[in-house]
Amino acid sequence: MVSLVLPRLVDVSAASRRSASVAERNIAALKSVYWLLLVSGFVEPLLYLLSIGVGVGALVGDLTLPGGQVVTYAAFVAPAMLASSAMTGALAETTFNFFGKMKYMKLYDGVIATPVQPFEIALGELGWAMLRGGAYSAAFLVVMAAMDLTTVGRAAAAFPAAVLVGFAFGALGMALATFMRSWQDFDLMGSAQFTLFLFSGTFVPAEAYPAIVRWLVEVTPLYRAVHLIRGVALGTGGWSSLLDVLYLVAVMTVGLLVAARRMGRLLYR
Amino acid sequence: MTTVQPLIRARGLVKRFGDFTAVDGIDVEVLPGEAFGFLGPNGAGKSSTMRMIGCISPPSGGELRILGMDPVRDGPAIRARLGVCPQLDNLDPELTVQENLTTYARYFGIPRRVARERARELLDFVQLTERADSKVEPLSGGMKRRLTIARALVNEPEIVLLDEPTTGLDPQARHLVWERLFRLKQQGVTLVLTTHYMDEAEQLCDRLVVMDGGRIVAEGSPRALIERYSTREVVELRFAAESQEAFAGKLDGLGERVEVLPDRVLLYVADGDAAVAEVQALGLTPANVLVRRSSLEDVFLHLTGRTLVE
Repeated sequence: MVSLVLPRLVDVSAASRRSASVAERNIAALKSVYWLLLVSGFVEPLLYLLSIGVGVGALVGDLTLPGGQVVTYAAFVAPAMLASSAMTGALAETTFNFFGKMKYMKLYDGVIATPVQPFEIALGELGWAMLRGGAYSAAFLVVMAAMDLTTVGRAAAAFPAAVLVGFAFGALGMALATFMRSWQDFDLMGSAQFTLFLFSGTFVPAEAYPAIVRWLVEVTPLYRAVHLIRGVALGTGGWSSLLDVLYLVAVMTVGLLVAARRMGRLLYR
Repeated sequence: MTTVQPLIRARGLVKRFGDFTAVDGIDVEVLPGEAFGFLGPNGAGKSSTMRMIGCISPPSGGELRILGMDPVRDGPAIRARLGVCPQLDNLDPELTVQENLTTYARYFGIPRRVARERARELLDFVQLTERADSKVEPLSGGMKRRLTIARALVNEPEIVLLDEPTTGLDPQARHLVWERLFRLKQQGVTLVLTTHYMDEAEQLCDRLVVMDGGRIVAEGSPRALIERYSTREVVELRFAAESQEAFAGKLDGLGERVEVLPDRVLLYVADGDAAVAEVQALGLTPANVLVRRSSLEDVFLHLTGRTLVE
């Protein structure tokens, strides 16, 4: 095992260079049509924020958090929208686009004939997905600060948290995409994604649910992501935020390893 | 011959997919500067062999050394020195012709400036300079093939693997590809190619192996194979009647060998014209007579009892 892992560690610079070349390909492929897609990814969470956070928020009034803090409903919802947009952005790239490249464009069949290896492809695609997800997050944080839903300092601190969320979901999505058989499977994933979006403490605090449901909600990745970002954005985070970080890092690591392993098996036939 | 180290060396190489054995213990050695061919029908195990040599398919058994290295352990290091033109073009449809080359060069860690330079040279080499900024999709089959070949050269490989480089191309496009490959060979690049076209093998290969059912059934230069497994000339007789078989029976004793195909009878002889005279002396009147030199097709027919291209 050691002899298998060590040469790879020694070869980190070559590996990261090769991963970068995979991300670079996506920049070269970035054409005008794509920009429209990029914009839609930013607009969607903004619409939720305005319609539900601000609109429904006017009916709901202020919320008292478990810690005793009182915040507006919009300020409660905004970090959740940020977390879910980081999830959506990363998933769009690493599931739908990744699957298309792998299965239909046969892009990686060409790539593996070069020194680039499956793990490096996975890392490169994930890095690229994060460029996209990171751009959404940054834009959304600017809106949040402008609407006085968080402070500039907290927004700056929330950015790396949002990027971590993107990495975790991106890796998870990529691992799932390697198991997809056809586009139909994405409907299932879309439903799962929407369920997470509705029930991960996004619009309603998880404390409002019965104990069993609450427990179930709290182990989902989006809940941990919302919890982390809300903690940073509202300044309510504590030691439990560390748990969120560890959880998301674990999801990312496992996702990447599974994705790379599956890709190796699918491509090195 | 001096002791030249082979670039590719396979001993008892096996590839299995579940219960199916695609490559069944082959021994191959490819020397530097050689143009080496795998000739055989579809399903003979040529592509599986090529994928193993390309280090993108782990062998199921036997031994394989490429550039003196182990393809499973040293995959990236070997692939850095290989150029691969796969059976199906897997060009990047979202990139332009030129970007396909520059992006691919980046996978090898070639600096951007060098990549652009090389892309320009290679587009010129495969005569696609005018299409540099075009997308891949509108290109003809021949153009895509040439672009794939150019892409395989972007890292200045020591060995170029070509899996059926001209399958599906029209004659003109094929000749252009052949001519470019021949120029590569003259530059000292080692070529390894698969084909089910005997003329392609005869044109390009210094040495080849004939594969059938995952095994190697013969090995040598095209000339040597023809001399060993066939006669100098072949007489093709087409009889008007539906059954060629009935006539073939009457040809016994004529030439070295008689092969009966659904649409014609092949007579393997040293002197074609003399044989035609003998056929006529027998009172047989074939609708069509053709005398030609033996080809690898005849070698294959003799070795396997089947034609290469059905």
